[in-house]
Amino acid sequence: MDLKELYRDVILDHNKRPRNFGRIEPSDSHAEGHNPLCGDRLTVWLRLKEDRIEDIRFEGKGCAISTASASLMTEAVKGKDKATIQSLYGRIHSLLTRQDAVADVSLGKLAALSGVREFPARVKCASLCWHTLNAALERGEATVSTE
Amino acid sequence: MAVTASHIASAPVLDVERVRRDFPILERTVNGRPLVYLDSAASAQRPLPVLHAVERYETHNHANVHRGVHALSQAATEAYEGARERVRRFINAHSTREIIFVRGTTEGINLVAQSHARPRFGPGDEILITGLEHHANIVPWQMVRDQTGCTLKVAPINRRGEVDLDRFMELLSPRTRLVAVAHVSNALGTILPVKRIIDAAHARGAVVLIDGAQAVPHSPVDVRALGCDFYTFSGHKLYGPTGIGVLYGREELLTAMPPWQGGGDMILTVSFEKTTYNDLPWKFEAGTPNISGAVGLAAAMDYVEALGLETIAAHEQRLLEQATRELERIPGIELIGTAHHKAAVLSFTLDGVHPHDLGTILDAEGVAVRTGHHCAMPVMTFFNIPATARASFGCYNTEADVASLVAALGKAREVFG
Repeated sequence: MDLKELYRDVILDHNKRPRNFGRIEPSDSHAEGHNPLCGDRLTVWLRLKEDRIEDIRFEGKGCAISTASASLMTEAVKGKDKATIQSLYGRIHSLLTRQDAVADVSLGKLAALSGVREFPARVKCASLCWHTLNAALERGEATVSTE
Repeated sequence: MAVTASHIASAPVLDVERVRRDFPILERTVNGRPLVYLDSAASAQRPLPVLHAVERYETHNHANVHRGVHALSQAATEAYEGARERVRRFINAHSTREIIFVRGTTEGINLVAQSHARPRFGPGDEILITGLEHHANIVPWQMVRDQTGCTLKVAPINRRGEVDLDRFMELLSPRTRLVAVAHVSNALGTILPVKRIIDAAHARGAVVLIDGAQAVPHSPVDVRALGCDFYTFSGHKLYGPTGIGVLYGREELLTAMPPWQGGGDMILTVSFEKTTYNDLPWKFEAGTPNISGAVGLAAAMDYVEALGLETIAAHEQRLLEQATRELERIPGIELIGTAHHKAAVLSFTLDGVHPHDLGTILDAEGVAVRTGHHCAMPVMTFFNIPATARASFGCYNTEADVASLVAALGKAREVFG
């Protein structure tokens, strides 16, 4: 178990200075995510053009993994359409959970989250923002839970 | 139960190295480091005498209780009912009829909520709790409120994490039917002045339930000296097994309460027209109980009494003082819960490091602490924090454990820069 693998510089940087942090008002959709286990909460706001994310922001209180993951996510999905985001989420999910996941260069900076899989208790921290984004995309206004 | 400086001075010193040899789990490593277990407030580890008592029961005496005439059934019944007598002595109850075995504190509180409060309370009646309660001492009363139309009132806490007694006394009224308070706060460590609370509530005619989950491992409890109506606690926080706990209730109250679960063991006769219920305490123990759990709990009580609860308390108090002193010196540490009277719990935050990250970093160093809201979300809301890290001490913890905690916190500072 190597803490340096979990808390890589990219993660620490995005935790300290989260990108796209704040609200979009008015937004086309937003959703709130909550991890009752650790109390992490975040809200994702979207401005959409058809099924493409024109702008995305998030706000919330969480641990370094959840904050950095959300920050990295907003950078990765801006300008992308729903199908691309679904495929990206699939790859992120296996990165976070599969021990045999191979380095996926297409993930770019998101690959910094690969250390999380060594810490099963923290997978939900990293995936909360993706569930929340999904809910914002799918259901418009909704609250999702990782439980 | 306040542990004072004079208690510390007068109590015999605990031979902690000998105690540690009774807890095999302490020999294991975590992430390549010796385990430093600072999460006894969530669940304490079990000593060999408890493990052996359970094993002896399972390998020699197990059968169902109160059933057969065969030897094993009688042996199991004796073991189970013997455990009940052990519990009676442990809390100095008047009679074993007042000792109900439950799954744990949560079930004890729910039993009282559903069997005592629900049939009696209605609109205009009030239940009074405090701002530092565990969810288990909030939610069952909200359910009763919703079921009966009674009112749930909450006495606030102050910035030290103590119950504001003046406000508590103001909220006590002739309409208060029941007061339910923790003996010791699980999130903050605060020891509540339960004797004063009980006396004041009784003066108003209210019934009092004490959630003793965090108190029984740290101090002798005498339910008759306290004068409480209900007292409930869990076995696994007292170095006993999980899935077993105790509800003490004054016989007069328990007698008047209807059973809350129906089934075997809680009846005398059953026909399709009519059932007559069993006597206390079995009226409240439907179904086959956790027999080995009760046996293990009795062994745990023997164990802590042999060490001496005052001795354990004084030992933990020394560790708490050492840890408080050392953590206060670390820049960025804020202690959450600084009551004058505290038990062996130290909740804190480290500036710039979320408690969840802190938990992971400490774990990598072999140090087990609890992180999160500690099932006390209203306490977190009061202090305007999402969570804390909580170190809690038991009879097996040492000054070296505190030093490991401090070193691991330094590591967290290093990782987060």
